[in-house]
Amino acid sequence: MSESKIKISNLHKAFGKKVVLDGVDLELRKGESLVVIGGSGTGKSVLIKCIQGLLTPDSGSILIDGEETVGADREQQAALHSKMGMLFQGGALFDSLTVWENVAFGLLENQKMPRKQAKTEAIRVLRQVGLAPDVADLSPSELSGGMQKRVSLARAIATKPEIIFFDEPTTGLDPIMAAVINDLIIESAKGLGATALTITHDMASARKIADRIAMLYKGKIIWEGTVKELDKTDNPYVLQFINGSSQGPIKVEI
Amino acid sequence: MANRIELFLRALGKPLVKFIASLGELTLFIAKSIYHCLTPPFYFKLMGRQFMDIGFYSLPVVGLTTIFAGMVIALQSYTGFARFGAESGVASVVLISVTRELAPALSGLMVAGRIGAAMAAEIGTMRVTEQIDALVTLSTNPFKYLVAPRIIAGVIVLPILVLIGDIIGIFGGYVVCVYKLGFNPANYVNSTLQNLESLDIVTGVVKAAVFGFIITLMGCYNGYKSKGGAQGVGEATTNAVVSASILILVFNYIITELFFAK
Repeated sequence: MSESKIKISNLHKAFGKKVVLDGVDLELRKGESLVVIGGSGTGKSVLIKCIQGLLTPDSGSILIDGEETVGADREQQAALHSKMGMLFQGGALFDSLTVWENVAFGLLENQKMPRKQAKTEAIRVLRQVGLAPDVADLSPSELSGGMQKRVSLARAIATKPEIIFFDEPTTGLDPIMAAVINDLIIESAKGLGATALTITHDMASARKIADRIAMLYKGKIIWEGTVKELDKTDNPYVLQFINGSSQGPIKVEI
Repeated sequence: MANRIELFLRALGKPLVKFIASLGELTLFIAKSIYHCLTPPFYFKLMGRQFMDIGFYSLPVVGLTTIFAGMVIALQSYTGFARFGAESGVASVVLISVTRELAPALSGLMVAGRIGAAMAAEIGTMRVTEQIDALVTLSTNPFKYLVAPRIIAGVIVLPILVLIGDIIGIFGGYVVCVYKLGFNPANYVNSTLQNLESLDIVTGVVKAAVFGFIITLMGCYNGYKSKGGAQGVGEATTNAVVSASILILVFNYIITELFFAK
């Protein structure tokens, strides 16, 4: 297919004695949507935090557009962040700002867009995620969970990033709202031509938004393939996970 | 026996290593904070909000604290001085104790309770709800956006608060001496003005600036490092107030010694 956008090789990260990432190799091509699945506590969040530079990996390499990001200095990191957008699991909206100021945060602070223009742009993006302009002046705490997710999505795409990360986008939403968010993710990523990396344990969501799926288990990528290949796989770990069975090679540590 | 010693040393070693590690963490945090306070971009709007929070809204607390401190010091020193017939010394005792000690230390402690706690809670909540990570992903440095405006505002505003506290505290002493103890108002004002020395005011102001740094630093640091949800934020809040209060008392002594020990 096309060129590589993110290339992760042999990534290691441990917290004290607890090894979380134990040699992850993963590649995202430009414009594709990759979903990383895996149980709770398998290091999915740590993986995207490493890619974003929020956590420093112990060893390994992460190339974004061919540039090494592990050990990059502050300016390089800032340049990288302007290429990225992120939808946080809990929304992570700034509660001291209004909804539109949240959406326009990147435009106001980094692109130095005038406030009036930024507000118009914010309202346009809010409409894109299905929110009416009258929520723009509310505070995030006045919105429901689903609406907060939408605002957070709007904030993630407002700066027109090349790479978007989605951290458990459907967790905590009812099935219908989850489906709506899935559609929005597909639309916004495709609309921008952005490369998307999603982590989730919601298989319905994964099937819907993924071009390719990778499974993370015990700090390694143990399986990778398309949704079609997922249905044909005989990998016992993947089978156990997608069928949601308590019996199998994956032992839940209680 | 050897086993017991080993156990003892182990028990001692773990907290010690932890303590040194957190000391190192704090030092790095201070260095980063100061660097970001001095380099652009500056967020003037956020600084303005902090000026209001730390300064303006602390005025009632500082005013009440210093007026009663001035009043009580007048009353106490009067009972002491009356024994030697040296009542005329009350004005200068009020002046010196309010400007050098009471206004800066008490205002510092009160503001630490008010502001240190609020800062740690706000930044701590931002930490546990990933708002700080969100700032980073939006290419905004949290030190510049959250820490620097608070520290700069604290260092500038506390001295102003203390200057106001000086005036209110001395006024408190005046009220007690004139209306309760029957001093001659003109004499009291005269002896206050005669004893007024710039060094007394300057030490108070220097102390206030240092306390402003300590309060905002501890608020930001504890909030920034908090983890583990509501409980973590609660802990951060307590730690911010306790550590700021203790540091204020310690530095109060150190600065006094620097200025007056000869």
